Amino acid sequence: MTGTQPADSAETTARPELLRVEGITKAYPGVVANSDVSFTIREGEVHALLGENGAGKSTMVKMIFGLVRPDSGRMTLRGKPYAPAKPAEARRLGVGMVFQHFSLFEALNVAENVALGMENPPPMRELAARIRAVSEEYGLPLDPARMVGDLSAGERQRVEIIRCLLQDPKLLIMDEPTSVLTPQEVEILFKTLRQLSREGTAILYISHKLEEIRSLCDTATILRRGRVVATCTPRDRTAREMAELMVGSSLQPPERSRGEKGPVALGVSDLSVASPIPFGTSLKAVSFTVARGEVLGIAGVAGNGQDELLLALSGELKSDADRVRIDSHAAGHLGPSERRKAGLVAAPEDRYGHAAAPDMSLVENALLSGAVRKGLTRAGFIDWAATKAFAEEIITAYDVRTPGPDVAARALSGGNLQKFLMGRELMQGASVIVINQPTWGVDAAAAAAIRQSILDRAAEGAAVVVISQDLDELLEVADSFAVLNEGRLTRPRSTDGLTMEEIGLMMGGAHGMEVAHHAEA
Amino acid sequence: MLRLEKRPTPSRFWLYATPVVAVVLTMIVGGILFALMGKNPFEVIRTIFWDPVFGEFAFYLRGQLLVKAGPLILIAIGLALGFRAGIWNIGAEGQYIMGAVVGASVGLAVFPTDNRLIFPVMVLAGAFGGWAWAMIPAILKTRFNTNEILVSLMLVYVAQTILAKAATGFLKNPEGMGFPGSRNFSSYPAAANPELIAGSGLHWGGVTALVTAVLAYILLSRHIAGYQIKLAGQAPRAARFHGVSPTRLVMLCMGLSGALAGLAGLFEVTGPAGQISIDFNTGYGFTAIIVAFLGRLNPLGIVLAGFLMALTYVGGEMASTNLGLPAAAIQVFQGMLLFFLLAVDVLTNYRFRLGAGAASAGAK
Amino acid sequence: MDFGGINPVILIAGLMATAVPILLAALGETVVERSGVLNLGVEGMMVIGALGGFVTAVHTGSPALGFLGGAVAGALLSLIFAALTQVFLANQVATGLALTLFGLGVSSLGGQGYNGIKPPHTPGLLPEALAGIPVAGPILFGHDWVVYFSIAMTALVWWVLKATRIGLIIRAVGESHDSAHALGYKVNRIRLLCILFGGAMAGIGGAYVSLARVPQWVDGITAGAGWIALAIVVFASWRPWRVLAGAYFFGGIGALQLNVQVSGGIPLGILGLIALVCGAILAVGLLRRSTPERPQMHPAAVAVLAVPPLVWVVGLAMGVTQIKVPVEYLSMAPFVLTIVVLVIMSSGRGKAATGAPASLGQNFHASR
Repeated sequence: MTGTQPADSAETTARPELLRVEGITKAYPGVVANSDVSFTIREGEVHALLGENGAGKSTMVKMIFGLVRPDSGRMTLRGKPYAPAKPAEARRLGVGMVFQHFSLFEALNVAENVALGMENPPPMRELAARIRAVSEEYGLPLDPARMVGDLSAGERQRVEIIRCLLQDPKLLIMDEPTSVLTPQEVEILFKTLRQLSREGTAILYISHKLEEIRSLCDTATILRRGRVVATCTPRDRTAREMAELMVGSSLQPPERSRGEKGPVALGVSDLSVASPIPFGTSLKAVSFTVARGEVLGIAGVAGNGQDELLLALSGELKSDADRVRIDSHAAGHLGPSERRKAGLVAAPEDRYGHAAAPDMSLVENALLSGAVRKGLTRAGFIDWAATKAFAEEIITAYDVRTPGPDVAARALSGGNLQKFLMGRELMQGASVIVINQPTWGVDAAAAAAIRQSILDRAAEGAAVVVISQDLDELLEVADSFAVLNEGRLTRPRSTDGLTMEEIGLMMGGAHGMEVAHHAEA
Repeated sequence: MLRLEKRPTPSRFWLYATPVVAVVLTMIVGGILFALMGKNPFEVIRTIFWDPVFGEFAFYLRGQLLVKAGPLILIAIGLALGFRAGIWNIGAEGQYIMGAVVGASVGLAVFPTDNRLIFPVMVLAGAFGGWAWAMIPAILKTRFNTNEILVSLMLVYVAQTILAKAATGFLKNPEGMGFPGSRNFSSYPAAANPELIAGSGLHWGGVTALVTAVLAYILLSRHIAGYQIKLAGQAPRAARFHGVSPTRLVMLCMGLSGALAGLAGLFEVTGPAGQISIDFNTGYGFTAIIVAFLGRLNPLGIVLAGFLMALTYVGGEMASTNLGLPAAAIQVFQGMLLFFLLAVDVLTNYRFRLGAGAASAGAK
Repeated sequence: MDFGGINPVILIAGLMATAVPILLAALGETVVERSGVLNLGVEGMMVIGALGGFVTAVHTGSPALGFLGGAVAGALLSLIFAALTQVFLANQVATGLALTLFGLGVSSLGGQGYNGIKPPHTPGLLPEALAGIPVAGPILFGHDWVVYFSIAMTALVWWVLKATRIGLIIRAVGESHDSAHALGYKVNRIRLLCILFGGAMAGIGGAYVSLARVPQWVDGITAGAGWIALAIVVFASWRPWRVLAGAYFFGGIGALQLNVQVSGGIPLGILGLIALVCGAILAVGLLRRSTPERPQMHPAAVAVLAVPPLVWVVGLAMGVTQIKVPVEYLSMAPFVLTIVVLVIMSSGRGKAATGAPASLGQNFHASR
């Protein structure tokens, strides 16, 4: 990232202490989320809480925000004991939080959303004026009358931030704020955060993205499996050093052997479908082809048509027959089962309720998408023995940690379930594989394993489409690259020599900035 | 403080234990209710739950149990398939009436012809009547996205009007001296559904109910259609991902439950009821909802639940004649049973824990 | 003006009173559903309210206390629903159905011994002289206080939902219980209070049936009004003033039914009016369905709207003034009409467009 402003570290330590966390422990049945965690945040400091998925970052900040109570340990805010029983209390004491999964209401407008996050909101008209004022002051353009459901992810985040800023917080907690932003929007956000920091607001910044932390943060506390493993000044460390502290071992980038591209296995031409999801994004004239042996990476900020594209490819959304071709057979009019028969398997993003039925066993979930290609039914009757064998095969091949194949899917951790679901699709010998967010919420080791097996399938001759919001992941696995933006797909291009700036431009820059220019003019 | 915590895997023990606990709780609270009404609770409970099976008149009442349980089981199995899939057909009462009216019309249209095929054709017509009546909400739901709960229920009232019209108009017995009600099927053997074994209470409806229970059990546990029904109910999006067509599923579940309710109506009107009358329907379509839930939406469970509910009917009538217990008290009793079942059911998927919890702001 | 034996002034005044039970119950259910809860037990709560109101009024001699009793009875019954769905996380559909079955049973049990008793009369609110004014008198001034109360409640519910913080919180909870929880709102507690409000409103509605409409105690006295109230909420798109419009439409059918039983047939003018209202709803439905990609629906809407007046004119030309309708068919009319209107309002639109609260019918459990 450009525009780093090195802060004077001597000045940083001289600032008065704001929040002190001492020996916090929190256990859930079966897992210890936080164990003896201690750190200190000073006024105006940008403090990173760094760690992998599942390292205990989210639980930690939920305790600071009063959503969860610690089992033991204590916190002090400006020297006074601090134990918020509920978020309202935390807010009153000057602690605000911007959530990773937004706590917004789609059918309500911006002003109403903001009001819901405030203790004593002023009348709506006055509130709208204040929203406008604050949004201009911090360069976060926002129209208070707009319905949140119609906003982009970046704009939604602004609603959350402004909701916090109106309360004049002393400490602003940001949980993975950049995962939904384009590179340009990240720049805007960082500018705002730096301005806040200069004005004396401390920021607790949760992330696993190392470059961002090096660019933004004054101090970093690194968590691994619920414990603090290090505290450092990010600017003095390399990203690799911090990554190894975070993961606890050195990481191997996946191997990829570029084979020859084969014939086109998946062809999509001029595909337009209306979104079945409320406030969803319709696909507009999407066209691309994927050859055997090729991995096409599709990037884009969440909510730009990713879910719809997956539905249109899996067969859950039908189109005219010629719009989708599998191995040059028209397939647009086919449903999911027929497309599987034709050689296409798909893995949706949402594990709980879409890719898997959470309350059903792994065996039953293996049947969910494996029935057709694995021949698990005869004349409509289910061969449970064969289904169980298939589930066990996946469990072994993908190292799924589970007591057995008969436990409910929801009993598995997110990462383990994801491995199971990836294995279920990847082990069917399909000629076309479509995956949305292959490693969302999965720890680094499992993510590396999943990416490796995607590359292996491609090497064996499958055509693979990977839809992801993780640019690093896409650059790692993809041969060609395209971006979904408001339901339109850019023309796929080779990943060789692609720069972040180019990607940013393909992603459509920063959303809604026209408004800002208007306001300035 | 007590708080709920979701179980990682649903409890098998509580899946089977909840109906038992619910029945026991209902007996206790029901007993208190009966005591408040000035009855001896132990006597009432004994009259309802013990006497019909083992008491003085059990030889007759046991047969009555089967008579009442048959239609309840038949309807409840159809409903359970839909409920499993998240399709809420609560208008079984209407489908039951329409099955009876259509089936009876066919039979009475050919009166007094004697042919061995008449009864089977009436059975088909009965199933068709119920099926067609259920297709109205099904088509409206799939075609226009109309709420099937409200439509199927509204159609009960419409069916009742049609029944009244049938009993006093187009099916009225021309030799009935002006009284409402159709000809009695007991005097028209070709179209009647008599007791198969004297004194057993078993007629074709009971046979059909038991056979249907077995078939439904196989469907749910072994067949892909049964899997799809369960999947659609638990995770509708996953069902679409699997390849279930929601439209076809609604048609299938509504159609099946309608046809089964129609069959129940036909067997009832040609057998135990004997004729189409304004009030030949005794609310089986609604009670079957309780039966379906009490049987855990499982066909074999429904058979047990059907007999239990039949017990409350038969025993309730006994308690009404012998002890002067109002008939409405039995309705209250049945409602309570469903409440307790729904409440205790939480234990299948959750457990209670003591102390401050994960998400409990203000647990202390 | 006279429509074949039916006086329109009396009809309008009548429909305002006939609509009160379903209006009150539907307003209550609107709030309940806006908070994300689907309570199908309205019929049960109404009938329990009818009994509670009747018994209280008979014993105290005060109709006002009777309505209070109805409210308490309805709220108490809804408390069972609230406990089961909000504490024990039971399925809302099943619990609602159970509530109706239970309510009908309890009311019929508790109502024994009250058959044939006359409850105290609920008097008109305003001086008789005002009600005597031609046309405006019976429509505007001739009612008992509950009629005005029902209109006031419509305004109140509308204002609370639209303009107050409580209303905002209720809508937020119904829209996304996860977000509301993350912001620190007590989702289940808010829903519980909404359910109790819904129960009390249904109870008052039921009490109006037994104290003012019928007025006596009969088993199952509400006769399906609760289900119509539920339907009204859906096709009013969860908006209070549209609930009022829907309730008055069905009130009109109900009032007409009484009139027709006297006069023996439906006057052509009234039939045309009903057809016109249905046609208008259908036309609106069709217009909403038409998208820029499918504009061909517009002519259909015009055609639909044109049919009823055409039929009327042709009928008049042929000298037909009244159409004989058997009583049975008229008694199923509200239910058939409900289905027709439901179809029109729900066709071709997604959940978001109908204004349905996004969390409707889903239970909330704060896990982690």
